[in-house]
Amino acid sequence: MASPTVDRVMVEARAASFTKRSIKAASKLRALMLVLSMLDLTTLEGKDSEEKVRSLCRKARRPSEKFEDLPSMAAICVYPRLVATAKRELAGSTVRVASVATGFPSGQYPLDVRLDDTRRAVGEGADEIDMVISRGAFLAGRHGEVADEIRAFKHACGPAHLKVILETGELETLDNVRRASDLAIGAGADFIKTSTGKVQPAATMPVTLVMLEAIRDHALRTGRCVGMKPAGGIAAAKLAIQYLIMVKETLGPLESGGRWLTPEFFRFGASSLANDVLRQIAWVREGRYAARYDFSEA
Amino acid sequence: MTTSPRSTPRPSSRTPAANGAHGPAETPAATDWEYAPAPESLKVAIAPRYGHFIGGAFVDPAPARARSGAPAYFATINPATERTLSEIADGSPEDVDSAVRAARAALPRWAGLDPRNRAKYLFRLARRIQDRARELAVLETLDGGKPIKESRDVDVPLVAQHFFYHAGWADKLPYAFPGRAPRPVGVCGQIIPWNFPLLMAAWKLAPALACGNTCVLKPAETTSLSALRLAEILHEIDLPPGVVNIVTGAGATGAALVEHPGVDKVAFTGSTEVGKRIAKAIAGTPKRLTLELGGKSPNIIFEDASLDQAVEGIIQGIYFNQGHVCCAGSRLFVQEGIAAEVAAKLRIRLASLRVGDPMDKNTDLGAINSRAQLERISRYLAIGRDEGATLHVADRPGACTPADATSGFGRGFFCRPSFFTGVQPSHAISREEIFGPVLAVLTFRTPEEAILRANNSSYGLAAGVWTDKGSKILEIAKRLEAGVVWLNTYNRFDPASPFGGYKESGFGREGGLQGLRAYVTL
Repeated sequence: MASPTVDRVMVEARAASFTKRSIKAASKLRALMLVLSMLDLTTLEGKDSEEKVRSLCRKARRPSEKFEDLPSMAAICVYPRLVATAKRELAGSTVRVASVATGFPSGQYPLDVRLDDTRRAVGEGADEIDMVISRGAFLAGRHGEVADEIRAFKHACGPAHLKVILETGELETLDNVRRASDLAIGAGADFIKTSTGKVQPAATMPVTLVMLEAIRDHALRTGRCVGMKPAGGIAAAKLAIQYLIMVKETLGPLESGGRWLTPEFFRFGASSLANDVLRQIAWVREGRYAARYDFSEA
Repeated sequence: MTTSPRSTPRPSSRTPAANGAHGPAETPAATDWEYAPAPESLKVAIAPRYGHFIGGAFVDPAPARARSGAPAYFATINPATERTLSEIADGSPEDVDSAVRAARAALPRWAGLDPRNRAKYLFRLARRIQDRARELAVLETLDGGKPIKESRDVDVPLVAQHFFYHAGWADKLPYAFPGRAPRPVGVCGQIIPWNFPLLMAAWKLAPALACGNTCVLKPAETTSLSALRLAEILHEIDLPPGVVNIVTGAGATGAALVEHPGVDKVAFTGSTEVGKRIAKAIAGTPKRLTLELGGKSPNIIFEDASLDQAVEGIIQGIYFNQGHVCCAGSRLFVQEGIAAEVAAKLRIRLASLRVGDPMDKNTDLGAINSRAQLERISRYLAIGRDEGATLHVADRPGACTPADATSGFGRGFFCRPSFFTGVQPSHAISREEIFGPVLAVLTFRTPEEAILRANNSSYGLAAGVWTDKGSKILEIAKRLEAGVVWLNTYNRFDPASPFGGYKESGFGREGGLQGLRAYVTL
């Protein structure tokens, strides 16, 4: 089935309309809690160490020492070498371990290396795999090859959930974003994800809207719900809430209604969003902004 | 670590988010996150009673009228609450006469002013409108019922833009009409509707003033407040007395203005019915006339369109300003193969539109402007159903009744967004202007049929075309009988772009270079 075309001007207008919503009081607090519960707290740097991952894990389990009733985050997202550390640290919690794999972030490795990468991460205990597609193959028009690879990775994942990173910043056009979304969903992705965070632009609202529309159309056609994960560039709680508005107004009217605004179907990939959310929660509860040092770094 | 008591609400513990018991392995509970009320908090001062603005000052209506027994004032209400906001002077022929005299007296100096100085007044007006934008938006929403989101983000910014744009023309008119010597027409009688009260005032006043004319403006009787606030701003910027006069009142006041022998040019925006009466009234006089009247504009969706964005365009086209838009895309033509899909997507999209308190920043559809207008819309909902079309109302399953659209709101005039399917070109709901949030969905099979059906209307104000194919866009746009054709968008306005109709949608253009023509003598 051919993907529908996308008109950039109207997508941008629609995406901008979500930023005009005004979220206040109890509704804002509720949204902030949701954002926190949907966070994939991420560190994907060459300089990552086991100690850094341990402190991230603690942050994900218990986001704040100040407020004890906050939900824990959805997952922490690390490189494969650090999966075992994270798994140990998170034992007994609801926080899941996600690992990037498949030759992250470029995907420019032979298929067997990328498959091995995936199997190892799952073997170390990763609950979720964040894979990258071969953008080179996609842009060269070898869509079938990209789909076959996703199927192979899905198989290699076994019980682990597969998030497919489209790296929309390299796909450039919204037509490509829609095509790649449909392709990933059709090949069995559990989630589709915008970006690695290593390429600019990373997640944007128009791109996410186009991906949500692909998810919605698939749900309407087949009844299967696929999750969405914008990643990279979402550092402010206010922006995160605008993403929730977009999900609510795009997928909320479906029969599957409220399921979409849960960590099962929506995640944020971010490293610095958590503390801004905590600052906003402090503001709603205490009427004043907390200092940056009131919340732990990671 | 804190132990201070918390008074703010805490998240409900039954949500997965709050108890941490979520995870892809479990079935999460549905989330019912709703938006809390977000009312615009600015309070604006509204006087208990307003007179006319004549000769640079507010004056009481002529006493002769009061003596004859008719009340000199009428109430203006907030259509969302039905509460009276203020009392507005009911303009008598005497009031109109003194306004026209004031305009006539001001004409020689204003017309003779160095055009660069006229431009300065317009710039100053535009800047002052921006300064007071929030206040004007609140007033517009209180008096007219449109959502604050639209008055804040569309109406008032466009008003300022319109004055800025025409300020730029004031000293460049010889370049607009090369080789000619443009002179002002004289005293302009301008009658405007209630759907975009301040914006229509700007559309009328800005080109007239830029070209050196003086004006008598009559706002619609349900929405006078923003025009009267504009009068305050005109006073504030020291516009010479009499250059702009504002006389309030209903149809009789408008008729007195049209018939006044001291008026050189009449400009009217409103219904086709009244427009025809005006044309008859001034036939045989030397008065010049421009009319911007009704519409039943076609919005054509081809099967190769970007569908989700086309659906956005349908929403923009018909539900913007509760459908109180003369160029509303009220006839939707969908290529047969995608008709079911478009209807399904439309139903989903309709569910996220929020109808209610116009002052709430999250409201998408506010109040219907008046009880009379709500009754007119209800009548058409019933007619459509009786003609055999199927009514779909936002958030109501299956085939709906007119009551599904209008009931359950308590005080105020409200109507849920709706659309009809199974509409035939002969149905009244596809031929007559409803001026409400009601869409007629029709189908077509070929481009030829689309053009034929789209042009099969007594109106010709605007049209929309949705296709991903550039060549088709150019071909279709050429053949549509409409003053404005929007391609892969709808209801976009810009002061540089001329606006106006074909056929019974009127004549003359407003905005852009072409819009200046009505306000100059060559």
